[in-house]
Amino acid sequence: MSKVNALLQGTLNWVDERFPLTSNWKAHLAEYYAPKNFNFWYFFGSLAMLVLVIQIVTGILLTMHFKPDASLNASGVPVAFASVEYIMRDVPWGWLIRYMHSTGASAFFLVVYLHMFRGMLYGSYRKPRELIWIFGMIIFLCLMAEAFFGYLLPWGQMSFWGAQVIVNLFSAIPLIGPDLSLWLRGDYVVGDATLNRFFAFHVIAVPMVLLGLVAAHIIALHEVGSNNPDGVEIKKKKDAKGIPLDGIPFHPYYSVKDIVGVVVFLMVFSVIVFFMPEFGGYFLEYNNFFPADPLVTPPHIAPVWYFTPYYSILRAVTYPLFGIDAKFWGVVAMGASTLIIALLPWLDRSPVKSIRYRGPLYKGFLTAFIISFFILGYLGMLGPTPMRTIVAQICSVIYFAFFLLMPIYSSLDKCQPEPDRVTSK
Amino acid sequence: MKNFLAAILCAPVLAFASGATLHLDRAPDKANDMAALQNGAKIFVNYCLNCHSASYMRYNRLKDIGLSDTQVKDNLLFTAEKVGEPMKIAMQRADAKVWFGAAPPDLTVIARARASEFGSGADWLYTYLRTFYRDESRPTGWNNVAFENVGMPHVLWELQGDQVMGADHKLTLVKPGKLKPQEFDAVVGDLVAYLKYMGEPVAEFRKQLGVIVLIFLAVFFVFAYALKREYWKDIH
Repeated sequence: MSKVNALLQGTLNWVDERFPLTSNWKAHLAEYYAPKNFNFWYFFGSLAMLVLVIQIVTGILLTMHFKPDASLNASGVPVAFASVEYIMRDVPWGWLIRYMHSTGASAFFLVVYLHMFRGMLYGSYRKPRELIWIFGMIIFLCLMAEAFFGYLLPWGQMSFWGAQVIVNLFSAIPLIGPDLSLWLRGDYVVGDATLNRFFAFHVIAVPMVLLGLVAAHIIALHEVGSNNPDGVEIKKKKDAKGIPLDGIPFHPYYSVKDIVGVVVFLMVFSVIVFFMPEFGGYFLEYNNFFPADPLVTPPHIAPVWYFTPYYSILRAVTYPLFGIDAKFWGVVAMGASTLIIALLPWLDRSPVKSIRYRGPLYKGFLTAFIISFFILGYLGMLGPTPMRTIVAQICSVIYFAFFLLMPIYSSLDKCQPEPDRVTSK
Repeated sequence: MKNFLAAILCAPVLAFASGATLHLDRAPDKANDMAALQNGAKIFVNYCLNCHSASYMRYNRLKDIGLSDTQVKDNLLFTAEKVGEPMKIAMQRADAKVWFGAAPPDLTVIARARASEFGSGADWLYTYLRTFYRDESRPTGWNNVAFENVGMPHVLWELQGDQVMGADHKLTLVKPGKLKPQEFDAVVGDLVAYLKYMGEPVAEFRKQLGVIVLIFLAVFFVFAYALKREYWKDIH
């Protein structure tokens, strides 16, 4: 036995002299000290990584059978659409792989939204974690691009018309708009050229960028250390060895705790995959079971649920300005609604980080923001009526007010004093 | 000002009130009734699979609903040579477009595509196939309640008979068909159950497997939680 140990130790030494294996293991897992008071909100970061892995593995298996081809087969069905049904029926376990991938897309947004909300609750974006937040926001934007490109691939009615609507938004940009949207599509309408380039972006370009950003996100996190529900820096109080008093090694403490979170997540995930893969038309839209038909416009084109808040903001802008069409300002508002989140580290002037010690002003604004976010999301799934547009306009104003007024209300707020050390839950 | 405030307060309620509605009859659930599914397959092959293809559905997949290859070969294999082939049709799409105005759609996943906020795809099909009525203003002489100005004539007409739409928008049977109304509803129920099965043949197995997966995860949870408790007992 000692011979085996000596052999293993020798191998490890051999590797360590050539690659920083042990030091990386220590720096990122065994001797990365995380605050001991993480609550359930802290599961969603590792769950986002799990979903990323699920998407990559199932995605690779899907590309083995999917055909990005918009031409019609002998039965008059687009080849891409038929290849998805081929995966659902003739590829062994193809249905499971496909449902995991389609459910994974929605699950990704769900865990990422919860992960971002955790950051807002506990001020995780505040100094010195601004770059983690910025990397995270770019991940979020890449994720939206990834979802948008991927949604075209099954080549159903919603795939086609959703892409048509979104690419057409670019044509609202003055001067370059029409040429830009033509360049994006590679054709005058969404067609085979669009399908093939979206496939390339979906399976290679965006995932590569995404992986690099995830690495940057984690490296930046491990450089400054994790925030916690109390929003106090554990590195301020260290023992004689320089280990934070309120810190515990990520491995084994959080690795075993995250397994519990993973199992609970997989239970919810499995309920959807096995019992309600369409999720009432929210994860797989019913209309997308009709093959794409450029000649038949669906009466109601709705984006998938994770885009609907921004889509509502886009539609809420109905006034032309400076002689430019309202559509252009809608696109600007929609873009701003996603980008403005990245500015949180500089908009927030509160003396405390965590919601636990913030005053009523911030809590009130955050509540109004969350409610309007949900209402916008709901309205984005419905067709517009004059009344719905007014509600969407009010909610859009609240959405932006939360960010733009933050420098004022966050500094005026009556906060409670932060504790010196983290509190036990 | 008061009106303005009232408008603001009522806005969410009005905003969420939905528009047009379509009343759908609920399709009977026959997902586990093999005799009904087999009867549905027979009706599908006899009445639908001349103009409509089901091009992702292979004949030998019908073993899911209890039909052997020999049974399929002897009774259902009209449009293909071998049981491993998909349910395609001989009609050319270009011809069909000239004859009907639009080529009849592939029906493999129609039961999934027709779902909406008004009901499941099966409900829509169950309503659609039972609400054809005589309308001389249409080229085929038929119209439909669920699908206005539909291009398809009433293919099950000899079974159901003729319905007409009264001034009250209610349908009445003016000329009975081969089947009594209840019998016809049962036949359409079988056909719709088959279409629902064909939309996702794996659906029943998927649910059975899901139960096993959830039981496994529940057991896994007990061990994972016990492991976490053991490691964390010293952390205060």
